[in-house]
Amino acid sequence: MPVIALKNLTLGYDRHPAVHHLDMSIARGSLTAVVGPNGAGKSTLLKGITGSLRPLSGSVNLQDHRVAYLPQQAEIDRSFPISVRDLVAMGLWAEIGPFRAVSRAQAQRIETALAAVGLTGFERRSIAALSGGQMQRVLFARLLLQEAEVILLDEPFTAIDARTAVDLLQIVKRWHGDGRTVLAVLHDLDLVRAHFPETLVIAREKIAHGQTGEVLTAETLFKARQMCEAFDDRAAVCAA
Amino acid sequence: MIAALHDWFIAPFADFAFMRRALLGCLAISVGATPVGVFLMLRRMSLTGDAMAHAILPGAAVGFLISGLSVGAMTIGGLVAGMAVALLSGFVTRVTTLKEDASMAAFYLISLAAGVLIVSMRGSSVDLMHVLFGTVLALNNQALVLLCAIATITWVALAVLFRPLVLECADPQFLRSVSRLSAVTHFTFLALVVLNLVAGFQALGTLMSVGLMILPAAAARFWARGIGGMIALAMAIAAGSSAVGLLLSFHFALASGPAIILVAGAVYAVSVVLGREGGILARYLPGVHLQS
Repeated sequence: MPVIALKNLTLGYDRHPAVHHLDMSIARGSLTAVVGPNGAGKSTLLKGITGSLRPLSGSVNLQDHRVAYLPQQAEIDRSFPISVRDLVAMGLWAEIGPFRAVSRAQAQRIETALAAVGLTGFERRSIAALSGGQMQRVLFARLLLQEAEVILLDEPFTAIDARTAVDLLQIVKRWHGDGRTVLAVLHDLDLVRAHFPETLVIAREKIAHGQTGEVLTAETLFKARQMCEAFDDRAAVCAA
Repeated sequence: MIAALHDWFIAPFADFAFMRRALLGCLAISVGATPVGVFLMLRRMSLTGDAMAHAILPGAAVGFLISGLSVGAMTIGGLVAGMAVALLSGFVTRVTTLKEDASMAAFYLISLAAGVLIVSMRGSSVDLMHVLFGTVLALNNQALVLLCAIATITWVALAVLFRPLVLECADPQFLRSVSRLSAVTHFTFLALVVLNLVAGFQALGTLMSVGLMILPAAAARFWARGIGGMIALAMAIAAGSSAVGLLLSFHFALASGPAIILVAGAVYAVSVVLGREGGILARYLPGVHLQS
């Protein structure tokens, strides 16, 4: 049973496609790595699934609308004066929305989420004072609070230390064990082979999708690189 | 000694109604505009605020052309022109390759030139100076009611939009993934900027109305850690600068608007050097090493 179905999906910016004609589905409860060269459209695909980027054509069908999204750290303004606790509390958005206060029970859940990522005692710190690894732990704590069925991670293990990567990978595996659907953009192919049962290779279009062992071959990776290098933003719009 | 202090600090406000009106007007601007200024600064849009301040000029000038120095006509004109420039520059950014700073700069330059041309067609250079630099010492009841109303509207809007606005600044992608409030928040915030610039324009003119919005916010950034403290401190700095600036202008016969902005500028300069949150001294004096 697919939880995400993409139908002839084209996504892009300023009317230029970044990734086009995607036809595929993601099975409920799957743990999928999204792999491809830089500029392949991986992050764009995640933004399209969350709904923050409107499709140029085609559609995204979500069977479960409880979607949690981890953006790349570069997209977060780390200089903004907000405390760890307040940023993590935003994971409760579906419950508190823009107006409601955080209840005592919800405050306890924030503490529990911070403890789960090893950041007890960091509640009052400003996010500007955190290391890259600590910041990623904060964002995972926010994901934990969202309790979503579909979890989209954009480069969750990039530029963090090995210990943090191992800790956060355990959380990802726990989500998978709970039957949640996880889609993660990754660059470390060894990590993908070791821990992610399914892989989607994209390079402006779908190159391959399936079992990691079958999909992550030298041939598909070469094809992905070729596709990215050959892609011309000024090319005429192709037929649907 | 006490009599001298009274003569210096209290008497100008106690004895002269125009000074009390000026102070009330500036306090209303301090309460309304500085929280908006804090968010402008945190969104790295301080110069956008300056550009928008120029953008209200042609609207205010058309109001002046129709009704002379009428608060209502100039306010409505300023609001329409400010919102039009904000929306048009956003539109040009979305449909062309031009970035927002460039399209905003283009529109504000056109607006400034158009505004000055319109005022000079009918008014004297005194009228032009009034529009450009304001007349804080000549605020009438209508203007004071307008300034207080805008401050109230700003606080109500910020109270409603505070959480999405914080997320829109800190983590806009996350906000877009959990809510459809991103665009509403952005445009409401732009409307608040224009509204408060129009308020500031009554007292300080189009060229300096952004001064009480940005300078106290920039100074507060060097002292406060959280956004709540930053807003409170920025309001206090703006209010203090207004009172001190008005007193300096009274005692030394200085232009009142520039005096107020220069006092806020002095607080900013001191904060740059002494501020504990990233000021020059805090950053470059050797800190205490951790003891093992």
